[in-house]
Amino acid sequence: MTTATEAVKDGAVQHGLQAHSHGAGVPIQTRNERMRSTNVADFPPVTPREEQWRYLPAARLKGLDADSLSEFVGDLEVKHSDGVTTSWVSSDHPAFGAAGTPEERPSAAAWGSAEQAYLITLPAEQSSEVQIALTSESTEPSALHLIIEAKPFSKASVILDHKGDAILGENVEIIVGDEAELTVISIQDWNEEAVHASTQLAKLGRNAKLKHLVVSLGGETVRVSTSAEFTAPGAEVELLGMYFADSGQHLENRLFVDHAVANCKSRVTYKGALQGEQAHTVWVGDVLIRMAAEGTDTYELNRNLLLTEGARADSVPNLEIETGQIAGAGHASASGRFDDEQLFYLQARGIPEAEARRLVVRGFLNEIIQQIGNEEIEARLTDAIEAELARSDS
Amino acid sequence: MSVLEIKNLHVTVETEQGTKEILKGVDLVIRSGESHAIMGPNGSGKSTLAYTIAGHPKYTVTEGEILLDGADVLEMSVDERARAGLFLAMQYPVEIPGVSVSNFLRTAKTAVAGEAPALRTWIKDVRSAMDSLKMDASFTERNVNEGFSGGEKKRHEILQLDLLKPQFAVLDETDSGLDVDALKIVSEGVNRAKEANGFGLLLITHYTRILRYIKPDFVHVFVAGKIAEQGGPELAERLEAEGYDRYVKA
Repeated sequence: MTTATEAVKDGAVQHGLQAHSHGAGVPIQTRNERMRSTNVADFPPVTPREEQWRYLPAARLKGLDADSLSEFVGDLEVKHSDGVTTSWVSSDHPAFGAAGTPEERPSAAAWGSAEQAYLITLPAEQSSEVQIALTSESTEPSALHLIIEAKPFSKASVILDHKGDAILGENVEIIVGDEAELTVISIQDWNEEAVHASTQLAKLGRNAKLKHLVVSLGGETVRVSTSAEFTAPGAEVELLGMYFADSGQHLENRLFVDHAVANCKSRVTYKGALQGEQAHTVWVGDVLIRMAAEGTDTYELNRNLLLTEGARADSVPNLEIETGQIAGAGHASASGRFDDEQLFYLQARGIPEAEARRLVVRGFLNEIIQQIGNEEIEARLTDAIEAELARSDS
Repeated sequence: MSVLEIKNLHVTVETEQGTKEILKGVDLVIRSGESHAIMGPNGSGKSTLAYTIAGHPKYTVTEGEILLDGADVLEMSVDERARAGLFLAMQYPVEIPGVSVSNFLRTAKTAVAGEAPALRTWIKDVRSAMDSLKMDASFTERNVNEGFSGGEKKRHEILQLDLLKPQFAVLDETDSGLDVDALKIVSEGVNRAKEANGFGLLLITHYTRILRYIKPDFVHVFVAGKIAEQGGPELAERLEAEGYDRYVKA
């Protein structure tokens, strides 16, 4: 077996400028050897010695790493088109656990603590839309389990919108049936003191397509761990993310794409902006191309824009390749300050500096927002970014 | 009638080998409606002059003045200079991901004019300026300079020149990297904008070929950070025949 952490084919490797770490000093553990369990007791306590918790101190989890959590008591306001069905199901339902198994302590804690899961079924051979507004005012560490099941040949988009105050451990299972085409958007627009650890597990069938988009703006600590597993050939995932961290915020995204079968394609694109003292973002992108995954085509990219001094962006791409028979694999990671030449160009056209900065940041993040495909939400997020930027001017 | 005066301009730049003086006392006066060509070999400081006028932070003025109708340009920020009526068409325009050409043009026009342009006339103006530069309408939906060919970048610069209507335009090697057809379209665009707006033009070029399309009133030969010789259009013809050798050797 070969383990590679750099691009091997058709891949550009582009390394960043500052505040950019690259996994030095961490023992190499291949991703498929990582422990998986639904039982929280199987996981050791959260400590920085573990690779998964290298950047996030346990104290920031505010109890989400405990053995058990209370049931989620907030509101789920669900709007959906005709044909979509929703129900609470118990853990013996066949969909419960169908998309994967926890790989981290908070995920296992939430798994065991949620007695029921909210199941959203997207009907076969038709188009549907779902919007879930999740709001909470409780600051008890609590657990929620959601399952999105896209039936074969379905075409659907699901928006999951998190707002309010919460200390929430969440598992979102995403089952993408054969030939289904699904978009899932998870927005973390929490109040200032919220803590959120979300594990989003996707499993894709034959020729299935998943576009998954994570937008993290508000919350003291927000960690979204997204994984996608291919189970049959011809499937594609596009994992997109956008985050904007302010002073004192910790926004973390961990991704895992498991190319277990041949001829699948994955694209990962995450972009973040940071401003203020102790603003911290972490992006870890693991891609595993197993022996059987011939013809794999993968590329992952993370870019961070540091708007002020005192912010820190960690960006760690990992590519493990067990077969040479692939179509392409690469990664790029860059974290840097403002491009002075961009500012000069805009200012040379009369645009004042503060406005030029806003234009550049907006443009940088817009690339991801434009992918949402819902005007109302795009406008809301654009406004939220404007508000963040306005804060940086004052 | 406006006048741009450059007096005894000395400019340095920081290099790995320390501070280096690039401009060593440049004197130049440009009036509205005049066309000046600055020609010179590589490394003579032509582009430094262009970027210093625009206010690029990389260049430090150690001595001398730049005055626009008597106002001290060196005291102005980059954007203030643009709003005061100076325009630089860049040799290597940068990409600005996620910012569309239409948004960029409207933002720039609003900044320079001090108010947002009336939407209907603005759209018409942009379209007709693009038509005359033979640019496709879909161009405005693309991101600024992203994936533009060399020719598209230069057309986009001249499109801005046409729409922003400056008092003085500095064109930094706008001819470089253009094929014959593109050079003609771009030159015609410059001539048309100049005729319509009457700005003073400072055309920086290494080659004489653009001067066949944009006729200069004055030609200045730039060597080692200074103007070595100046004259009328006949000087360009002489340079075409003889090259820069006699200045460089002297």
